[in-house]
Amino acid sequence: MNTDTVDTTVGADNSLLLEMRGLCIEGFSDEEWHQIVKDVDITLHRGRMLGLIGESGAGKSTIGIAAMGYAKPGCRINGGRIVFDGVDLTAASEEEKRRLRGAKIAYVAQSAAAAFNPAHKLIDQFAEAVTEHGIGSRDDAYADAKDLYARIKMPDPDGIGFRYPHQVSGGQLQRAMTAMALSCRPDLLIFDEPTTALDVTTQIEVLVTMRDIVEQFNCAAIYITHDLAVVAQMADNIMVLRHGETVEEAETRRMLSAPQADYTKSLWAVRSFRKQHPAPPPEDTPLIKVDNVTAAYGPVTVLHEVDFAIHRGHTVAVVGESGSGKSTAARVITGLLPPQTGAIYYDGAKYPGNYRKRSKEQLRHVQMIYQMADTAVNPRQKIRDIVGRPLSFYLGMDGDEKERRLRELMDMIELDPNKFLDRLPAELSGGQKQRICIARALAAEPAFIICDEVTSALDQLVAEGILKLLDRLQRELNLAYMFITHDLATVNAIADEVIVMLQGRIVEQGAKHEIFSPPHHQYTELLLSSVPEMDPDWMDNVLAQRRAKGGMAAAGN
Amino acid sequence: MTSEDLETEPRPAKPGGGAAAWRELKKAPLTAQFGLVVIAFYLFVALFAQYLAPHGESEIVGAEFEPRFGEFFLGTDNLGRDMLTRLIYGAQNTIGIALATTVLAFMLGGVVGIMAAVLGGWFDQFASRLVDVLMAIPALIFAMLLLTIFGTGWLTLITVIGVLDSTRVYRIARAVSINVVVMDFIEAARLRGEGVPWITVREVLPNIMPPLVAEFGLRFCFVFLTISALSFLGLGIQPPDADWGSMVRDNATLITYGDINPLLPAAAIALLTIGVNFVVDWFLHKTSGLKDEH
Repeated sequence: MNTDTVDTTVGADNSLLLEMRGLCIEGFSDEEWHQIVKDVDITLHRGRMLGLIGESGAGKSTIGIAAMGYAKPGCRINGGRIVFDGVDLTAASEEEKRRLRGAKIAYVAQSAAAAFNPAHKLIDQFAEAVTEHGIGSRDDAYADAKDLYARIKMPDPDGIGFRYPHQVSGGQLQRAMTAMALSCRPDLLIFDEPTTALDVTTQIEVLVTMRDIVEQFNCAAIYITHDLAVVAQMADNIMVLRHGETVEEAETRRMLSAPQADYTKSLWAVRSFRKQHPAPPPEDTPLIKVDNVTAAYGPVTVLHEVDFAIHRGHTVAVVGESGSGKSTAARVITGLLPPQTGAIYYDGAKYPGNYRKRSKEQLRHVQMIYQMADTAVNPRQKIRDIVGRPLSFYLGMDGDEKERRLRELMDMIELDPNKFLDRLPAELSGGQKQRICIARALAAEPAFIICDEVTSALDQLVAEGILKLLDRLQRELNLAYMFITHDLATVNAIADEVIVMLQGRIVEQGAKHEIFSPPHHQYTELLLSSVPEMDPDWMDNVLAQRRAKGGMAAAGN
Repeated sequence: MTSEDLETEPRPAKPGGGAAAWRELKKAPLTAQFGLVVIAFYLFVALFAQYLAPHGESEIVGAEFEPRFGEFFLGTDNLGRDMLTRLIYGAQNTIGIALATTVLAFMLGGVVGIMAAVLGGWFDQFASRLVDVLMAIPALIFAMLLLTIFGTGWLTLITVIGVLDSTRVYRIARAVSINVVVMDFIEAARLRGEGVPWITVREVLPNIMPPLVAEFGLRFCFVFLTISALSFLGLGIQPPDADWGSMVRDNATLITYGDINPLLPAAAIALLTIGVNFVVDWFLHKTSGLKDEH
């Protein structure tokens, strides 16, 4: 789409398709109405793709759905006009809107797994909209589905539609959903974070499919995401949103190279964080030694002879796709999953494989920070109790001593003790909750912390704050981190050493600069090259390279 | 601009204590306020029965079946005892036993249910199958059987109904706990080395309180009905102690003559049941986040 910069003469029709003027939407929460979208204007022509970008709560999904004349339960459109192809959707009857939805406007949701009905075959769900809207017969729809499956390069296009949603992979399901959205040849496609739930190597395949579709059918599209690098590949124009208001809108290249607003600049700068201090030289005895561990869930072996070490003060990043065994490795270290063979050593001493057999002191040494801070803290306990429990449990503190230490810990995680100690987790934001989890881990005074995808559920600016905090704490307390992530940008920012995992085996390990510079192992190469960059030409270049090498592009399946 | 500023403004801390509770009460729907008034009235009557009742509990004060609004406000029963007095004492006996029974059922069923979820494995299997067996036998018949075997004292009554009822509580406590036990904060607590009592009471219990409290209200009503039914059948609270269930039975003959007096104790049961349910509905509504708008 953005192969040519400001080309408006693409193919045939590029007339105005969607126009939103002064759109206002309000939502009902805490017993009152709040304005969640304020006075947003959107103009979209056929054959163009608009990227909506912003952090959670910016109102981007709400705007995307409003393009169908729809507001989520608990929300209502309370101002402005939404004109789609000459029809004012704010004034249209439900009947009229229902005719448009699915037929003329289609929606691709974030989680295809949740959006498909698990009880019906893919192709039947494809055919439903077609027959419902009276566009064609079931047989026509079947034929069309097979054609589309072939065009989006699904494996076995004639047969795959007859599978159930759980019988295909996540990436295939997301593509099947894109095909389904096209079943009635809509004029407008709304993509709502369609690749957020996918691994990077799968993501690129899905992105290519979506871009091709928009080009082939000359649709207009709205692409909603929080990932700048992705939107840079996809959209012709980018609109930045914050708190339901437009911050700025511009053509993709101009937006990337010369953002105007301060907020946009701060978003652009996020990925620039780099670890400030060098790791201390490794000691003779590693702090954590994972010695030739094989582990299984029931009959399924998920870790094969995994062997690595983590030294005091070092950050070791473990990367890999979902199912590669990186979280399982953490479970073995914590003792939640006793290994079948091999052992875990802490500071040279062998630890029991089962956490129940470890002493309090041994448990204290290995602390963990979770991906979802929401579920990692007890919603019914006050911050004081959450952070204070390890203090009294491990260190036997109470009274003034405990209170003093609590305040110290809160200062360390940069939250005001007077304001936060007596709050419940629900009264904190996502980033603050993650800080509380960090404080709880620190309260045990460990030398080693496992960070399991700690930033992936957070907005980018907030995530960067957390990374900076972890980095500072490491410098001050000489902590060792095992940093599990699938985000290579994060790895680049904070890791000293990198372990690449695939299907329960370590593919490659070594110092960061070694892993990130050629020659790569084949899988590392695929992984590294699949991480979107801010350069709008990135995807085209990668595809060209892969075609040149041949065969690699298929590896994403 | 720091990273925290960019996030949505967190809600301010709630003001604690009685003032907040009072505000909640004033905001409560009319049905809930009605329910609370009813419950408060019943509790008051039950607690101060001795002072409120015009006569002694089993004192014969007049002729049999005297009419209402005569010498005695609600007339007399089949033995010539004052109906109003019997009703007031009945509140004390019936509510007292029902409350004790429900509390026992919840302590037993709740704790074992959460522990089954936390421990899993053979403990869960054992407890669950035991409960299955107990639930397979119709509760009323089983209760009658056990009461016939062990006698019909207050203590046996409370224990038998409490244990039988705890099976229902066990089911719900285990079901909701299982959703909580998979959360990361439970894993964090396990990894910290916490014992089962701590995890059960401090980590899981606070998170399953709303459904348990709602269930408490409903169970209380059912226990109430069970006791009344048992009393009606002669296995519950024994004469001469006043009890609403047995009062219906004692005066049942009057119904044949078109007098509604025997239905007064039944009405007392019905009113309390409705009151409790109103309050439970309101509580469920508040804590589950259900809203009326949609």
